[in-house]
Amino acid sequence: MTRARSCFRNGTTGAALFGLPALFLTAMLAAYAAPEAQKLVLTGSSTIAPLTAELGRRFEALRPGVEVDVQSGGSSRGIHDAREGLADLGMVSRALTAEEADLHAYTIALDGVALITHRSNPVAALKRAEIIAIYTDRINRWSAIGGPDRPITVVNKAEGRSTLDLFLAHFGLRNSEVKPDVVIGDNAQGLKTVAGNPWSIGYVSIGSAEYEATHGGPIRLLPLDGVEASMATVRNGTYPLTRPLNLVTRGPAPGLALAFIEFARSEAARAIVEQQFFVPVDPHVDGQPVDGRPADAPPVDAR
Amino acid sequence: MAGPPMPRLSMQGDRVLIGALGACALLSGGVLVLILGFLLLETGPLLASGHVAGALFGAEWHPADHTFGLRAMIAGSLAVSGLALSWAAPAGVVVAVWGRLYAPAVLGRLYRGVIDILAGIPSVVYGFWGLLAIVPAINRVRPPGTSLLAGGLVLGLMILPLCALSTDAGLARVPQSYLRAAAALGLSRFGTLTRILLPQAWPAIVAGCVLQLGRALGETMAVVMVCGNVVEVPDSLFAPVRTLTANIALEMAYASGWHQRALFMSGLVLLMVTMVLFGLTQGLRKRPHED
Repeated sequence: MTRARSCFRNGTTGAALFGLPALFLTAMLAAYAAPEAQKLVLTGSSTIAPLTAELGRRFEALRPGVEVDVQSGGSSRGIHDAREGLADLGMVSRALTAEEADLHAYTIALDGVALITHRSNPVAALKRAEIIAIYTDRINRWSAIGGPDRPITVVNKAEGRSTLDLFLAHFGLRNSEVKPDVVIGDNAQGLKTVAGNPWSIGYVSIGSAEYEATHGGPIRLLPLDGVEASMATVRNGTYPLTRPLNLVTRGPAPGLALAFIEFARSEAARAIVEQQFFVPVDPHVDGQPVDGRPADAPPVDAR
Repeated sequence: MAGPPMPRLSMQGDRVLIGALGACALLSGGVLVLILGFLLLETGPLLASGHVAGALFGAEWHPADHTFGLRAMIAGSLAVSGLALSWAAPAGVVVAVWGRLYAPAVLGRLYRGVIDILAGIPSVVYGFWGLLAIVPAINRVRPPGTSLLAGGLVLGLMILPLCALSTDAGLARVPQSYLRAAAALGLSRFGTLTRILLPQAWPAIVAGCVLQLGRALGETMAVVMVCGNVVEVPDSLFAPVRTLTANIALEMAYASGWHQRALFMSGLVLLMVTMVLFGLTQGLRKRPHED
C-alpha cells in the first residue's frame, strides 16, 4: 500500500511515463530529418559482433557522417549476407572453407581457447586423450591421471557459444557426448567456477584466462599439445586451439569497408581488441596474412 | 469498498484521473496480451512443425541436433522454486511474527528495517554471494556444489525478506479491536496468533508468498550462477539443474532459427507454469476463514 502511494507522491514516475513516448517520438523525427549518412552494415558471428560494435562506435567518432550497423546472427549469416551483398562486411569467426573461396577474408583479431584448472591442482598438463576421456566421463577422478583421489568437476559451455564449438571441433567431440557437471555461460562465469572449485576443469577464451591468472585469480592455464597457453603463443601461431576472426567481402573490400578493416587492425584499435579478450593481429609484421587462411594453420572445422 | 469516505474531488479532475488510471490499467493488461501474442507468434512455426513439437516435453536438449526437450528445465524450475518457497515462506512468517509479536518494540522496528534492506538487495548480489559462499560449502560435502540445493538456498534467501514483509503487512492490517477483544477474552499470545492473527492475515500471507514464487520462477542471474545448468531432471538435492530462465539466458545470445524459437518456447512454458500456479493458489487464499 505504502509503496503504491509513494510512487505517485514523487512526480518523476509520472513524468517518465508520459515523457518517454514524447522523447521517443522526437528522437524518431530527428533521425528522419537527419541527412543521409554513409552506412556500413556488418552482419554475422555473435563472437565478433561485440568487438565490431565497439570498433564501430570509435570509427563513427573518427568519421562524422558514417554510421556502423552491426547485427549478429552467426557466421553462416555473415557468409550468406556478404555473398548476397546484404552486408558490406560479413563477420565469420573461423577460417574460410574451400567452398567459400569466392570470398575475401580479412583477419581483424585472433581468438584462442585455454583449458583451465585450479592453481592448487597438482596436475600440470593433460594429454589430448585424457582431456577427451575427462569430458566424456570415462575418467572421473583426478587419481586416474596422477592427481589426488578427488572427483573431477567438468565445466562445459552452454550450447551455441563459439568457444564450445572451437573446443568440440578441436577434440573431435559432439556436445551430446560431453557429460558436464556444470554448464556455464560466459568466460567470467567459467573463471569464477573453476576458481571456486579446486577439482574442476574448464575452458575459456585465452585472453580472459590470461588476464585472470596474471591478476591473482587462482587458476592455471594448461598447456595444449606441449604448447603453453598464452596470448603470445596464439599470436605467433604455435598454440593449436585458435581461430581467426574474419571480416569477409564478396570482392576486394571497397573504400569505406577497407577503411574500417584497416582501423580494426590498427594500433589505435588494439586496446579495444584486447578489452574483448581477443588477440590483436599485427598489421605491419610480414607473414601475418591479411587473408584469413594462413597456410600453416589447419582450418577450423566449420559446422 | 469499505473504509473512510473519499474526499470529494472536482468532477473534471476526477475524470482526468480516472481516464489516466484507466489508460494505465489498459496498458499494463495489454502488455501481457502482447507478450503472450509475441511468444505464440515466435513459437508458432515450432509448434506447427511436427518433427520437433512431439519432442517438446522430452528429456533431451541438443539444439545443434534439433532436439528441443524442455522436460528437464520445467522440472528444474519447479524444483528450485519449490525448494526455495518450502523453507523461505515458513521462515518468513516466523520472522514476521517474531518481529511484530514477540520482539521488544524498538528491536522489532529495527528488525523490520533490516528486512526492508535485505529485500532491496539486487538478486545478482545474492547469486554472486551464493557462488562464493554457498557453492564451495556444498562442494566440500558433495562436489561440484553448484546444485539444486544451492539454488534453493539462494533463491529462498532472496524471497525470505519479501515473504516476511508481506506477512508483516498482513498482520498489521488486522483490526486493533480484534486484538483488544482477544485480550479481553483472556486469550494467550499464542492463541491470539493462531486463532485470530494468522487466519485474518492468511490471504495476505498466501498472496505475498505466491508473488514470491513467481519471482523465484522468474529469477535468472542468481540461478545461472549457482545451479550448474546441466540439462537433467534432478535426482538428488546435490544434482545440478537448469531452469527455464537459465536456459534462455545462457543460449539466447547465440541462438538463431529453430534454436531461438525453442528458447521462446521456454519463455512461453514459463509463463504458462506461472499462470497455472497462480491459478491454483487462488483457491488457497480463503480457506482458514471458512469454519
